[in-house]
Amino acid sequence: MIRTYKEINEKIKKGQVVVATAEELIRLVDEKGVKKAAQEVDVVTTGTFGPMCSSGAYLNVGHSKPKIKLGGGRVCLNDVPAYTGFAAVDIFIGATALPDDDPRNKVYPGEFAYGGAHVIEELVAGKDVKLTAASYGTDCYPRKHLETLINIKDVNEAVLFNMRNAYQNYNCAVNVSDRVIYTYMGVLKPNFGNANYCSAGQLSPLLKDPLYKTIGIGTRIFLGGGEGYVAWNGTQHNPGVKRKDNGIPQAPAGTLAVIGDLKKMDPRWLVGASFLGYGCSLVVGIGIPIPILDEEICKSAAVKDEDIWTQIVDYSEGYPKGIPGSLGEVNYAQLKSGEIEIKGKKVPTSSHSSYVRAVEIANILKDQIKKGEFLLTEPVAPIPGPESGITFKPLKERPIEG
Amino acid sequence: MKSQKVVLRFPHKLVDQPIVCRLVKDYNLDFNILKAYITPEEEGLLVLELIGKNEDFKKGIDYIKSMGVSVQPLSKDIKRNDKKCTHCGACVTICPSDALVLDPATRKVIFHEDKCIACELCIKACPPRAMEIHF
Repeated sequence: MIRTYKEINEKIKKGQVVVATAEELIRLVDEKGVKKAAQEVDVVTTGTFGPMCSSGAYLNVGHSKPKIKLGGGRVCLNDVPAYTGFAAVDIFIGATALPDDDPRNKVYPGEFAYGGAHVIEELVAGKDVKLTAASYGTDCYPRKHLETLINIKDVNEAVLFNMRNAYQNYNCAVNVSDRVIYTYMGVLKPNFGNANYCSAGQLSPLLKDPLYKTIGIGTRIFLGGGEGYVAWNGTQHNPGVKRKDNGIPQAPAGTLAVIGDLKKMDPRWLVGASFLGYGCSLVVGIGIPIPILDEEICKSAAVKDEDIWTQIVDYSEGYPKGIPGSLGEVNYAQLKSGEIEIKGKKVPTSSHSSYVRAVEIANILKDQIKKGEFLLTEPVAPIPGPESGITFKPLKERPIEG
Repeated sequence: MKSQKVVLRFPHKLVDQPIVCRLVKDYNLDFNILKAYITPEEEGLLVLELIGKNEDFKKGIDYIKSMGVSVQPLSKDIKRNDKKCTHCGACVTICPSDALVLDPATRKVIFHEDKCIACELCIKACPPRAMEIHF
């Protein structure tokens, strides 16, 4: 142990903390070695800015006069349905929700121009949003219809709560078939026409703390331009996948559930996205500080793109049918070079995660820590690691009898 | 020699007349058709790359304008909304003319308007819908 959370926070308060982005740490370790770098640097900042579909926000919109019970009724925000199965005026809007009259893929490939993610972006931007509601009326909540504009500054609470974000590594998607396919990994051209990936690689939070030594429940993070916390492990958390000797998973592994005050976020870091033929998603900016408590943590945080590997997965057949299998393994240095080789063919690559914005997040977080605006938190509980035995299970379909 | 990509709009009354062939016969211009269609308003839209001597080029353009065809340089058609672009890079393997490329040094997406052939493939392939058509 080189230093503790408490010592780091003391240094932050005194303005003496040494912070480096993960990119800067890589250069420092190259120059001076792990041991020296670990002694010099107190905190490493990471960042990622990519589409994260399992995102959403809950609002408490306040009570109308007379009162209405939205719970169990139907609510739309800008014509996008929100979930109402709570008490009277709590609602949840999910990133991928679509207006009832959106044609989806009836005209293939569907455009998905506006959905829940766009509602969240507009709320955060301070724009008025139309709320329409219908309910059944009770003695205590007699009203049955409501149509009003709402604004984030007027509602009681607006909280971003994303049940799966910040994937630790992700597939590199290709299309083996002879037709264009439209996926959440973008437009994939036939016969390995392109290869799409989606990770910040050497800047991505969970790839820099591969065994979850410092990122756990209660970790304070940069979320959507504001402050948030790791609430839990994310859904589909899969720490048991194959790992390289450096501990880094070779396929999608850990995930995080995150939470934070939407009112303090910024639309630059929460962007509604439309995936042709697939649907809507929310592009979320996340940055996580990693305290350099020991040399091992420093070594992991300094891992480079060329030492982070992932699998090439076919999204025309293998992925949709749930057939496991990889067409090969590539590292992020290869992916970021703009071209990889698959079965002897040169395939151009493109990313769906913005590396430029990930760098920007790591730098913002670095500045906040240096200015004493952001203190580190020690996790109150860890998220499950490889030893937990937790796996990502397929659905066991069973016939419904009787 | 000059080479320029232009967008020509033919009003309804001109759609059935031979005009572009005159650019070749009378003005010594070569052309490469990048896109051609009739809009629902029965206006003809033609995107051409025109190649020829500067003088011929000017005369040829003057001729088609005099016939009532509207002429606009192509680069004005597709614009990137820089406020919306997140530089994710999703467009770079979709763009067929290398107008959208990733700068390996800055990791930013560069839009070379001069290389854009206005095929519009990027418009819907861009998740934050930062690529816009301006008519």
